[in-house]
Amino acid sequence: MNEFAQVCLWLLVLLPAGVGAVLAAVARADRVAVPVSASTAAVMVGLSAVVAAARPAVAVPFVAGTDVALTVDGLAALILPMLTVVTLLVLLAATGEIRTSTARFHGLMLVFAAAVAATATAATLPTLLMAWEIMGAASYALIGFQWRDDDRVSAGLTAFLTTRAADLGLYLAAGAALAGGAGLALADLPASSPGWRNVITAGILVAALGKAAQLPFSFWLSRAMAGPSTVSALLHSAAMVAMGGYLLLRVEPLLAASGWAGPVTIGLGAATALLLSAVALAQRDLKQLLAASTAAQLGFVVMAAGAATVTGGAAHLVAHAATKALLFLAAGVWLTALGTKRLTGLRGVAKRWRLVGWSATIGALALAGIAPLSLWATKDAVLTAVAEQSPWLYAAGLVASALSAAYAAKILVVIWLRVPADRRAEVEAHFDEEERGTRRVTVRQQAPLLPLAVGAACAGLLALPPLVAAVSRAVGEPGGAHTPAWELVVSAAIALVVLLIVVVRRRVPEPRWALRWLGLPAAASALVVRPTLRCANALARFDDRIVDRGVTGAARAALAVSRRAGGFDDRVVDRAVERGAAGTLRVAQRAGRADDRWLDAAVEHLAATVRRLGRLARRPQTGQLHQYYLQAVVVLVLGVVLLVALG
Amino acid sequence: MIIFLPLVAGLALAALPRLGDRTARWTWVAVTAVDLALIIGLWLRYETPPPGGLAFEEQVPWIPGVNSSYHLGVDGLSLPLIAMTGVIFLACAVYALRNRRRPRAQAALFLFLHSVSLGLFLAADLILFFVFFDLSIVGMYFVIAGWGHGNPGRSAMKFFLYTFLGSLALLVGFIGLYVAAEPHTFDMPALAAATPLAGRPLAGGLVLAAILVGLAVKTPTVPFHTWLPPAHTDAPSVGSAVLAGVLLKMGTYGFVRIAMPMLPQAWRAWAWVIVVVGVVSVLYGALVALAQTNVKRMIAYTSVNHMGYIVLAVGVAGLVAGDTAAARSIAVTGAVYQMVSHGLITAALFLLTGVLRDRAGSYEMREYGGLAAPAPRFAAVFAVGAFASLGLPAFTGFIAEFQIFTGSVAAAPVTAVAILGILVTAALFLRALQGLLAGDTRGRAVGFTDLRPAEVWSVGPLLLLSLLFGVLPRPLLDVIEPASATVIDLVGR
Repeated sequence: MNEFAQVCLWLLVLLPAGVGAVLAAVARADRVAVPVSASTAAVMVGLSAVVAAARPAVAVPFVAGTDVALTVDGLAALILPMLTVVTLLVLLAATGEIRTSTARFHGLMLVFAAAVAATATAATLPTLLMAWEIMGAASYALIGFQWRDDDRVSAGLTAFLTTRAADLGLYLAAGAALAGGAGLALADLPASSPGWRNVITAGILVAALGKAAQLPFSFWLSRAMAGPSTVSALLHSAAMVAMGGYLLLRVEPLLAASGWAGPVTIGLGAATALLLSAVALAQRDLKQLLAASTAAQLGFVVMAAGAATVTGGAAHLVAHAATKALLFLAAGVWLTALGTKRLTGLRGVAKRWRLVGWSATIGALALAGIAPLSLWATKDAVLTAVAEQSPWLYAAGLVASALSAAYAAKILVVIWLRVPADRRAEVEAHFDEEERGTRRVTVRQQAPLLPLAVGAACAGLLALPPLVAAVSRAVGEPGGAHTPAWELVVSAAIALVVLLIVVVRRRVPEPRWALRWLGLPAAASALVVRPTLRCANALARFDDRIVDRGVTGAARAALAVSRRAGGFDDRVVDRAVERGAAGTLRVAQRAGRADDRWLDAAVEHLAATVRRLGRLARRPQTGQLHQYYLQAVVVLVLGVVLLVALG
Repeated sequence: MIIFLPLVAGLALAALPRLGDRTARWTWVAVTAVDLALIIGLWLRYETPPPGGLAFEEQVPWIPGVNSSYHLGVDGLSLPLIAMTGVIFLACAVYALRNRRRPRAQAALFLFLHSVSLGLFLAADLILFFVFFDLSIVGMYFVIAGWGHGNPGRSAMKFFLYTFLGSLALLVGFIGLYVAAEPHTFDMPALAAATPLAGRPLAGGLVLAAILVGLAVKTPTVPFHTWLPPAHTDAPSVGSAVLAGVLLKMGTYGFVRIAMPMLPQAWRAWAWVIVVVGVVSVLYGALVALAQTNVKRMIAYTSVNHMGYIVLAVGVAGLVAGDTAAARSIAVTGAVYQMVSHGLITAALFLLTGVLRDRAGSYEMREYGGLAAPAPRFAAVFAVGAFASLGLPAFTGFIAEFQIFTGSVAAAPVTAVAILGILVTAALFLRALQGLLAGDTRGRAVGFTDLRPAEVWSVGPLLLLSLLFGVLPRPLLDVIEPASATVIDLVGR
């Protein structure tokens, strides 16, 4: 059984990844795409059931002395079936919306589903990081699915870059975990050395907040609404955004061990829940409203992680996934049929297609926190734990709950509004403003709404006795998460009162400051994007004008120097040599002349003198004896004189 | 045999002028394929040598007067690069099947470069290394000058002079090592074992500086990188693929093969400088790439960024302190992995930009738009290449960068600033994807012919290999990890 479960766990990730990659790569697979992807998703549901029951763990060696490891613990066992079921339902519903390039769409969705399954079961940081980033890349491709619209592609770009900016935290955390000495397994992180543990915690917190669209990263979710509605139904309700909250639940022991991370997390979650609820209230576009609501609802999950109630957080995650997937699918059905998602264009739409209308109504009521639907109980499970930490944050949570009742009521008012015949043209003017509507809703689009509506209605049982005890045991919090009855009553009453007020008055306050998502997109553009681009351009100019010119300048200088040297060579060295030669020649000529004039003359003069002397010397030899005697006497006399003189 | 098979074939091609162009092209493919098969055979028989040793060693006296020998061998650092070289040259040969410009001469020249590149990675003697190093520059000069476009003469000259000057600095360093070694030798394992200049920080620093400048020009790192963009922009796409994929690795390979083992003390003393150069290259390369409007120039600058990661990792390896040996070893493994990864991915991207020029004659992004409609295959492959290059998991780039970051941050926390590089590269590649592929089909994208079989079969395998070793990194890591542990030991002496 165990080996079988391990194989199932591998298959849960590898099967959709492989099938998805093939579908996305083979262009001519459009015709078989839907059956292939639907049956793959159905197999995934079965696999997730098996692994949720058997809780296997698998690992193979990977980089940096750590493993690629997947583990199904209690938390993953709770989340995985929800993920696979929502994936299957969304893929079925997508057949109505996606009618071209179906192979690419379903392939990418399956790759995404594989990445989500791996994220949910990842047991080490490298595994998590891999799955996490592939999830982001798949979301880029899915948001920008209709690539002919530049705007949708750049929406995907914003989503990917924002979440990747936050993901850098995970890279940092991996380095810190290696330095911290406790290894890269998620379960071992709390045992790291304290200094590094803070870095790990901060890194993971940032990455999770980015994916969960919490403040200050929330704005990417607004842009992401440019993607198909079915993509939003999976990515921006049950899977990707939810995985941000899920990761924090997963590393809750780490947050608790660091000391500071718990309160910070609760604070950020509460701020997001409060402010993004206001943003949702201000929106005039159904998908924008739902997106802001997603960020706000994930705020509750984040608070749960900070307040150390994994049970409440997990229950809220599951309940919200069903609710929000339902509402996004409904929005997608209307968008496909009518070509608009503006609230003014959707007036009275619930009456036109009753099944969709009633499903959406259940979803909206659950979102409002109306008892006994799902989010009522799960939200209170979270807030109970928050109340133990700080009454102020509890109050903030209650206000956020009231605001969610208000924006949910806003949806209800719009879709059930009776439009008088004379104002129908005003509504219909909005039709087809986004895309050409089909004016019909298929069975395949409607069928997935029913199980999701059941989920939205009933998932709250996870946070109520008797199921809550089983959930607590599963996630390793025996005895935790008991919500006092008075809190449940208070929150139900608040939700009901707010809902009734809105329905009776038929309007809600729409804070203008929240319409543009608190100015976050503008701030990101002004503070990060534009300065970065300016810096890049400046550096590029620097590179061309200074660095490169420095090099070419050096080369040119070398050339100039060599030219000078050449000139010097010609003008000075060569001329010196030539002058030297000429000088030598002149000297030689002069020497020649001197030779002729002086030396030769001297030699000849000497010769003449010698000749003369010779002639003189010949003269005494006359051959006459008396002359010889006379000469001898003279010599003797001279000799005597010399002797006397010297003596 | 592996080294000289392409050379012999190249000489034969050059010597037989009457050979048809078609035959020349197919001969090139066949020779590179056979050579790759030989390399794979080598890999299968490879067993990790003892630390500091080489496998398949060969040594023949060459210039005995200066104790230089024809000494070859492989280890965990060179084997992956040799295999990558074989793959890239085969891909180029397949890609060039459509070349109509003097294919016989081109095939001969590339076969020559093929031999030279393999020889460099196998060389275990400094003179031999230097000879191959310089011959690669000469070969690439003719590739750019002979088959380039734009202003190839000037770019080729700039490339040649700049890198040749660098190689002279390298030679000075080599001679310094030779003179300092007792007995004088150019043999790499002997020098690594002897660590000449160990007790002389000034001389060691100067010799290291000479070697570093030589290798930094070739790598290239900031600020020695400005020859790279014009060389790439004006080179033919196969030339760019080889230049980026193989030739740049000669610089980074020199760090781990020569500078670190032979001058460990100087390396440790100057490690912070190298780390800073690496971090600056990462961020500067990425930001300047972000500002480019020319696809090929952009990819060229991302090479500066990617090489920066390697420089960062090898710099961190020199920061010997406490118990960080494991982390530093991981960083070096990541660096070697990055050499292979960058080779595969960037070669693929450059071949793809060649398609742009081939069809529409421009690399300017703003002249295209909506290419995904007329050329869906090109769009898909380019998107995969871009994501691989920005370090998406499941491709080799992630495995490399993850190890570099993890190891670097663990050993020197301030290097975390380099992680921003992957965000900027993500931004620039996604912008390029959007500009080229998305939106309405306009400008030069109208009537664009999709990838042809030769192009698919050259680019596809490169990216598939990146995917394969991105998903299953163990076979490659098992080869690299012992070698990088050895390097860390050597640097720690």
